[in-house]
Formats: sequence, structure tokens, C-alpha cells
Amino acid sequence: MEGKTTVPALAELPPGLELQRVDERIMTLNVGPQHPGSGHMRIIVQIDGDRIVACDPDPGYVHRGEEKMAEYRNYVQNIPHLERPVIHDSCNILYPYCLATEEILGIEVPERAQYVRVIAAELNRCVYTLYWLAIYGIFLGHSTMFMWPTGDRELLIDLLEKMTGARVTHAYLVPGGVRNDVPANFEDVCLRQVDYFEKRIREYAGIFYDNPILISRTRDAGALSRHDAVALGTTGSVLRASGVDYDVRKKEPYDCYDSLDFETSVMREGDAYARSRVPWLDMMQSCRIIRDALSKMPKSGSVRVKLKPNPKGPEMVSYKRVESGRGALGCYVVSDGKPEPYRVKMSVGSFRNLIALPYLLRGEKLGNMPAVYWSLNYWPVEADR
Amino acid sequence: MEKEGVPAQSGGGEKGQEAKKAEAPLPEVDSSLRSRIESLFGERATVEFARPGRMQVNVAGKDIVEVARFARDELGFDHAESVTGIDRPADGQIEVVYHLGSYTRPDLAGHVLAVSTRAPREEDPSPGADSTRLPSLRGVFYSVEFHEREAFEMLGVYFEGHPDNRRLLLPEDWADMPPMRKDFAIKGR
Repeated sequence: MEGKTTVPALAELPPGLELQRVDERIMTLNVGPQHPGSGHMRIIVQIDGDRIVACDPDPGYVHRGEEKMAEYRNYVQNIPHLERPVIHDSCNILYPYCLATEEILGIEVPERAQYVRVIAAELNRCVYTLYWLAIYGIFLGHSTMFMWPTGDRELLIDLLEKMTGARVTHAYLVPGGVRNDVPANFEDVCLRQVDYFEKRIREYAGIFYDNPILISRTRDAGALSRHDAVALGTTGSVLRASGVDYDVRKKEPYDCYDSLDFETSVMREGDAYARSRVPWLDMMQSCRIIRDALSKMPKSGSVRVKLKPNPKGPEMVSYKRVESGRGALGCYVVSDGKPEPYRVKMSVGSFRNLIALPYLLRGEKLGNMPAVYWSLNYWPVEADR
Repeated sequence: MEKEGVPAQSGGGEKGQEAKKAEAPLPEVDSSLRSRIESLFGERATVEFARPGRMQVNVAGKDIVEVARFARDELGFDHAESVTGIDRPADGQIEVVYHLGSYTRPDLAGHVLAVSTRAPREEDPSPGADSTRLPSLRGVFYSVEFHEREAFEMLGVYFEGHPDNRRLLLPEDWADMPPMRKDFAIKGR
């Protein structure tokens, strides 16, 4: 062939860069990063006809260096920016950071604050799951399923606004408790909203989960076996949809979860349908947790331990985990005795589940990609941090 | 808004912390983990701390694959949750901590085993080409694949034996030093 350029051998390239040869049969397709079906990330898929032969997820378009920023601010100043990766689930992403910081600073959280935190975290889980479900609906061309959760989410956002003062970025959890107490009539309003919300999400079954179109799109798509779900280190709804009974709230209860009555939602199938259904089952359990927590919560008492200015702890490390809307969320805080953490590492569910994507898409039809991709309960901004 | 009668910060001081840690007796499952690691590896694996549900083992880079394989096959830790790189310029080293968890063993469900190792740190890093290298655990725990890629680009630790040492979160044309190193300063700070 004329005009053929010589390409350097792969070994000559500096590490971190690669060169790919163009194949005549395999087409490389970039999905994203601006595509509405990928979120802020790029999925490089190689297709043969309409079968995916290889997939290379390329996150990082919304990397903000949260972990680096955390090294420059003290333990309390870190609160508002560490919640930014998932603003819909801000209480859950702050939870492990607060638990780890409390261990380093040696703080006991008051009992009432523990219950308030749990209620806020469960409400946030529902808000996140509804948003995720709305996008899953529109991914599959089901626009009613976009409208319903988006509308129902408003109820919970109003409730969280009453509680925290902000609609989404609450910055509500702080080391030592919560920022402020709930308003006086909160219990009644919360119960009323949760009752209505539970009635609403039951209706999702009829329009979405029992819908033959959804079932035909997602049943058996991207099946993940129990063994592989464990070996890939997946977490949250992806893991539980593959039949592994693992929920951090049960296995390693934090705050007052051990005194609350709920069950872990597990399904056995491991396909995209099961992965789309487990978060919905989780929302039912969240309603149960909120009701139970409201009845067991002490009626009065402190909700926050007063910290010294610029609090600091000894030289130690702390690794704490919570169950967020996307799975186990770990926070590793290294203290060197200064008011600023030496290192903060967030091990987020989205990042951990991403590894399953190339595995699940191999051999799948290109048309099934959105159904499989979003069933991983993936939030691009959280994965990038 | 401050509430009246808020209890003051309890514990607090370093001594209070140390005393509390020493007081708490270690549950049996933790102490058996500890003794099994110590009896097999002796001085090659030192237990940094052991609290209920949390334990950190420090090993040298050359032993880490063996320790990880032992943790997987004999102790029952079946996945890695997180890989953290920590820059330690004062020691001239970069620490890498693997947090291992278990889904299949009910008695270990609330346990996290941290395996820590250190690589030499270069003052003038050239990621992938300098002495900052460690063996990869990808062959033992598949789930470390993306985490190790992140540690490579953020701290410049090259994982030998990793099948795919490309950048993950940083842009392809990033030409500065690995950003999680302590000498990489944020503008204006």
C-alpha cells in the first residue's frame, strides 16, 4: 500500500500511552463524553456488526481532585466540598468521612443525632435512587418513568429542605452529629410524606417493573454470576442482584442501624432486570427504616457535639464504610496530628462497579449497552471524584 | 446554630485515644487473624494496629503478592475494596494500602484487612521509568485493576505485572508530575 506510514512499536511509547492499529472488520465507536446516554464519561466500544467485542470505559471528564483539596482544609471545612461528587446522595457520601473523622478526633455522637443522620441518609438514598431510576427510564425510551420519579423526588427534596435548609447540597452531616436539629413538626410531616411516597413507588411496579417491554430489554442482558460479582469486587445493588447478601448496614452497622428493623434486598438472577429492581426494593426498606427510626428516636436532646476550633487528633488512620445508594462507600482518612487530614481517600461504589462494565458488555448487542451500563448504578461524577 | 448545653468534645487528647485502644479487648476472630499472619510470615509482616474489625499489616514490596495470596486463599478475603497511595516525602517513600474485604465469609463480613507496602520515592519523578515500582496485585485480586491505574497516574507508582498501565482519570496529555504527590501544589494554596 502506498503512503503507509511506519508506526513506532508499542514498546517505544512512553508508559501510559498506547497506539492502536485500525482493523478492517472491527469498528471503534466512542460513546460519550457528551452523549446523553453515557453521562460525563466516554465508553470506547469496539463492535463487529452490532456485537460488542471489547469495551474500554474512560472516566475522568469530571475529575475535580476532591482528595487533593481535602489535604488543604481542616476536618470541618472539608464537609461542603466532599459531598459534591454525588449531590443527590450528599448525606451518604459524607457519612463515612464523618465516621472516620469522629474516630480520629475521639468523639461520641449523641443518640438523637444518630437517628437524625440515619433518617437523612435514607431520604437521600431515595432521592438518589429516584434520579437514577428516572434516567434509567429515559435510557430505555420510557418517558413516563422519567416523569414519575422526578416528580416524586420533589416531595423528599422538600422534606430534606425542611430538615437541612438546602434542596440538594445539604452539608448536613458534620463530625460530631448533624448541623442543626430538625424542625418542630418534622415527625408528622416526614411520616405523611413517607406514607405517600411508599404508595407511589408501589405503583412503579405496574408501569415499569412488570412492563413486558422493560422485561424484554433487560431480562438476561449483561448477566453477572455470583462468583464473578464477588471476584470483580462489585458492590451495592450490583452485588445484591447477583445473589450475594451483603449490605454494610447489616454486616457492619454504624450509628443506630443495629437497632432498626429492616431487611437486605437480594435477587438471584444477576441480569440487568435484577439490577434495576434491587434499588427499588431498597427504597421500600428505606421507608421502613425511616418509620422505625422516627418511632425510636429520642424526642429531645443534643444533635451535635461541640468541637474545638481547628480540631485535631493523634497520628492514626481510620477506614469507615457505609452503604450508599450505589453500594459500599469507604473513606480512608490519614491523620498526622495536624488540623488538616494528611490524606483522604474515598473508595466509591461507582468506581468499584465500573470494572464490571467491560466484562458485561463483551458479546452483548450494541443496543443493549445503555440498559446494561446504567443498571450498574453508576454515577460518573462520583467515580471521578 | 449552637444549642445550649451541648456536651463538650469527649476524649480528645492523644493519651485518651491510646488508652481507649489498649483497653478494648480484641474479639477472637481478630486475634486469630493476627496470630495466623504473624506465625506464618514472622518478621516479614508486622501488624501495625489491630482494632475490632480493622487490622493493618505492613509488608515489603517483594512479599506483598505472597501475603495477598495468603489473605485470599487461607484467610478468606475475596476482594479488594480500595487501593490508596499516600506520599511520604519525609520517609522518601510512597505508601500503597490495599483494603481487603470478604463477601463470602460471614464471620469476616465486618472486617477490613489493610495491607500496606512502600515503594521508593524519586525527587524528580518520571512515572513508569523510575524506581517507584511495586508488584501488581491484579493477578490475585481482579478488582484492583482500576484502583492501581489510579494510583499509577496520581502518585507515579508503576505496578509491575499490571496488564493495562494507562491513565484513567487524568487527561491523556497531562505533562506535570503525579498530582497526589505532596510537592504538587494547588494554585493559590
